[in-house]
Amino acid sequence: MSADSLSNAFLSVVRRDLLLAYRHRAELINPLAFFVMVVTMFPLAVGADVELLRRIAPGVIWVAALLASLLSMDAIFRSDFEDGSLELMVMTPHPLSVLVLAKVTAHWLLSGLPLLLVSPLLAVMFDIESDVISVLLITLLLGTPVLSLIGAIAVALTVGLRKGGVLLAILVLPLYVPVLIFASGAVDAAASGLPVSGQLYMMSAMLFLAITLTPWPTAAALKMSLS
Amino acid sequence: MIMRFLHKFSSPPYFYSISGRLLPWLTLLFLALLAYGLYGGLVTAPADYQQGDSFRIIYVHVPAAWMSMFIYVVMAVSGAIGLIWRIKLAEIVSISSAPIGASFTLLALITGSLWGKPMWGTWWVWDARLTSELILLFLYLGVIGLYSAIEDNRTASRAVAILALVGVVNIPIIHYSVEWWSSLHQGPTVTKFAKPSIHIDMLIPLLVMAGAFKVYYAIALLLRCRNELVQREQGSRWLGEILENK
Repeated sequence: MSADSLSNAFLSVVRRDLLLAYRHRAELINPLAFFVMVVTMFPLAVGADVELLRRIAPGVIWVAALLASLLSMDAIFRSDFEDGSLELMVMTPHPLSVLVLAKVTAHWLLSGLPLLLVSPLLAVMFDIESDVISVLLITLLLGTPVLSLIGAIAVALTVGLRKGGVLLAILVLPLYVPVLIFASGAVDAAASGLPVSGQLYMMSAMLFLAITLTPWPTAAALKMSLS
Repeated sequence: MIMRFLHKFSSPPYFYSISGRLLPWLTLLFLALLAYGLYGGLVTAPADYQQGDSFRIIYVHVPAAWMSMFIYVVMAVSGAIGLIWRIKLAEIVSISSAPIGASFTLLALITGSLWGKPMWGTWWVWDARLTSELILLFLYLGVIGLYSAIEDNRTASRAVAILALVGVVNIPIIHYSVEWWSSLHQGPTVTKFAKPSIHIDMLIPLLVMAGAFKVYYAIALLLRCRNELVQREQGSRWLGEILENK
């Protein structure tokens, strides 16, 4: 593998982002804490009825994951945009879409994966059965990368703006709808003992569609934001 | 041949003058269609055997819902044309469509819930069509929000075009997932317009109204485009000539 090969570029962007995040370890915990707190608010809001909580838990966990991903999304290109490294990435001979994919991968490892690791704990707190928990985890595994990939488009569109925060939510949340529907549908089906393979196939299809298609609009949007 | 026509049509001065000449005729056509459609829909069409006269709201509701989807596609396609060939007019068409589309979406939602109250006994049900129409409204709001957040018009147009294209890929996915979602959670609470055939006396005014809405869209679009064009082309020579001649 030569030093300037495409896969090398991909890996070095991932490595760089992970290293940068490791240097600011304390910030890593924020989206995770947000995720847990949003989930905690629901029993406080609707009451401690175990039956009710068990019924709404998958939806609650998924909506919280959606919001947490939205919150952490904003940072994906922000610092690179501000210190100019994004411009250097555009100027490299490598296609920007591949570098974008690398950045999204790093972002998912830092924000999506922790959600995946902490959600079994939350699921237990909501008294979800163990085989339903495994379905919940599979949906999170398939769904959160899609959230990062779709979110990256909207972040790329708004990265040049001073107050992109609320706008980002308006742009992104409608696009998250299919993921939310299939994920919570799968968990609901599992909870009532129905087969879930259909939903999981759909989610895998969305994941691969997102991996192949979203880097292009993201790259185009980044170039637009830089111009 | 077509490209040559497009190039000619997309030059701002030509568009400005031709649209100015088209507008009175379109307005006339719109008024004629509207008058015929409303008369046919509200007076001559027979009352529905189940819904009575309340069904007549479809003469506004259904064309508005059709337009809400149609305009999103127009917005995305003209956005793509603007993005690829950098045609200024296509960008203007794209962004001028957004508020019109959002209004039609809102109109469809409002008339739908006005109809829902007497028919279903509730203003709103979380049914597939209602939900996806609502999400469509959010998509429109995103487009409008993004456009107004970016100061430079041309950059904003490109951003909006990218967003509209992403949205247009997503709309079928959203639509079918929502449909699938509502059919799973609850059986179809109410079947709307599921009558196998609509009476011809009801159908013709509906189609005429759909035509009237299309023409209205063309009028509103041309007006908005001309307005946007004047704003963007301030200080250009052709505009000065036109304004002097007035």
